Amino acid sequence: MKIAISAAEPGLGAQIDPRFGRCQYFVVIDLETMEFESVENASAIASGGAGTSAAQMIAEKGVEAVITGNCGPNAFQVLAAAGINVLTGLTGTVKEAIQKYKDGSLNVTVQPNVPDHFGSGGGRGGGLGGGRGMRWR
Amino acid sequence: MIISVASGKGGTGKTLVATSLAISLKDKHPVQILDCDVEEPNAHIFLKPVISDTEPVCLRIPVVDKEECNFCGRCAEVCAFNAIAVVTKNVLVFPNLCHGCGACSYLCPEGAITEEDKQTGVIESGQADGLSFVQGRLDVGEVMPVPIITEVKKRTESDKIVIVDVPPGTSCPVVQSVSGSDFCLLVTEPTPFGLNDLVLAVETARELDVTCGVVINRVGTGDLEVEEYCKKENIPVLLKIPLDAEIARLYSGGVTLADGMPEWKAVFNNLFSEIMEIVDERNRSLKR
Repeated sequence: MKIAISAAEPGLGAQIDPRFGRCQYFVVIDLETMEFESVENASAIASGGAGTSAAQMIAEKGVEAVITGNCGPNAFQVLAAAGINVLTGLTGTVKEAIQKYKDGSLNVTVQPNVPDHFGSGGGRGGGLGGGRGMRWR
Repeated sequence: MIISVASGKGGTGKTLVATSLAISLKDKHPVQILDCDVEEPNAHIFLKPVISDTEPVCLRIPVVDKEECNFCGRCAEVCAFNAIAVVTKNVLVFPNLCHGCGACSYLCPEGAITEEDKQTGVIESGQADGLSFVQGRLDVGEVMPVPIITEVKKRTESDKIVIVDVPPGTSCPVVQSVSGSDFCLLVTEPTPFGLNDLVLAVETARELDVTCGVVINRVGTGDLEVEEYCKKENIPVLLKIPLDAEIARLYSGGVTLADGMPEWKAVFNNLFSEIMEIVDERNRSLKR
C-alpha cells in the first residue's frame, strides 16, 4: 500500500509542502517495505491547472492516500475520482506524517479545504502580471 | 489608425482619456471606441451608447462520450491547460480551465470527444452620439477575458480612428488589447505606484513593438520621478491633466473631461495631431 506526501525537498526528512498542486516534490512511499521515491512535481510551474495535472500524476503512481497541507476543488475532484483519500492540514516532516498515518491518527478530508488557485501566488491574475491595479490594492 | 489607451496601474484615468479623446475627435473624424476592459467595462457610463446588437461569445468545451472512450489519456496529455484529467476509468473535464483550443477532440484516437458551446460573455455594439461603440462583457463567474477581447477586436472598423480602452495590468488581456495598435497611450499618475506600473507597461508595449507616449494625470500630487523616467527612456509626455476637484466631480457624475469642460477638446485634438506625427515619422523610418 502506497501513499504520497507533498514535500518541499526530496527525502523523508523534508518538510511537508503546504500546497498540493504546486509543491516541489512528492514523496511516494510503500508502507509495507518503507521503500520510497521522491518525484519532482513538474506541475509546480504550470501556468494553470497545476492541481489537476499533479493529481493525475499521483493517481498514476497507484497511491491510496495523499497527505498535504491544502487541497483545492479541482485536484480534490481528480483524486476522489481515482479513489484516493486526501488528508489535509499537515505540517512538519514527511517522516512524522507517515508515522501519524500509520498510527491511524489522521482523519480523511471529505472536501477541498481551500478554494481553487489558492497556492498559485498573488491570486488570480495578480500572480501573473500586475493584477487589476488599484482595485485589488 | 488604432490608438490603445493603457496604463499598467488601475485607476489612473484610461477611460477618462479614451472617452475624452473619442468625443473630441468625432466632429472631424469617424471614430470608433472599443472597450476591451471586459471584466469591468465602463466607457458606456460616459458615452451612453444605444446598444443595437448583443452577441454571445462562446468557448468550445469538450464533451467526452464515455461509451466510445477507452481512457487512453491522450486528451489529458495534449491539453496545455490541464483542463482534462484521466484517472482509472474516469475522464474529468474542467470547463473553467479550458481555453477551447480543440486539441483534445482533434487528437482523440477514438473520436470520443465532441465540443459544445459554453457562453462566457457578450459583445454589445451600437452608437453613441455619432461614435461607433463596441464593448465586451465577461459573464460573472467566468475567468478568461482574452476570448471576449479577441471578439471585440474582430469588430475593429479600420477606416475609422479606433480608440481602444485597455484593461489595467500587463498580463494577457492587456497584451491582447494592445496588440496591433499603431500607438499606445500610457496613462499614469506621478506617484511611486504609477511609475512602478508604467515601467512594466512600457516594457510590454516595447515587446509588442507598439510605439508609446505618456499622459500624466493628477499632476500636482506625488513627485517628478515619472517625468524623469520618461526623459531617460526617451518617451514623450504628450499631455498633463491637473489634479482638479472639478474634473473629479464631473467624472464621478458620469461626465467625461471633453463634455464637462469643452475647452479640453482642443487639447485632445492637439494630442491626436502629436500622435499622428509620431506614427507618421515611425512609418517613414520603417520604409527607409
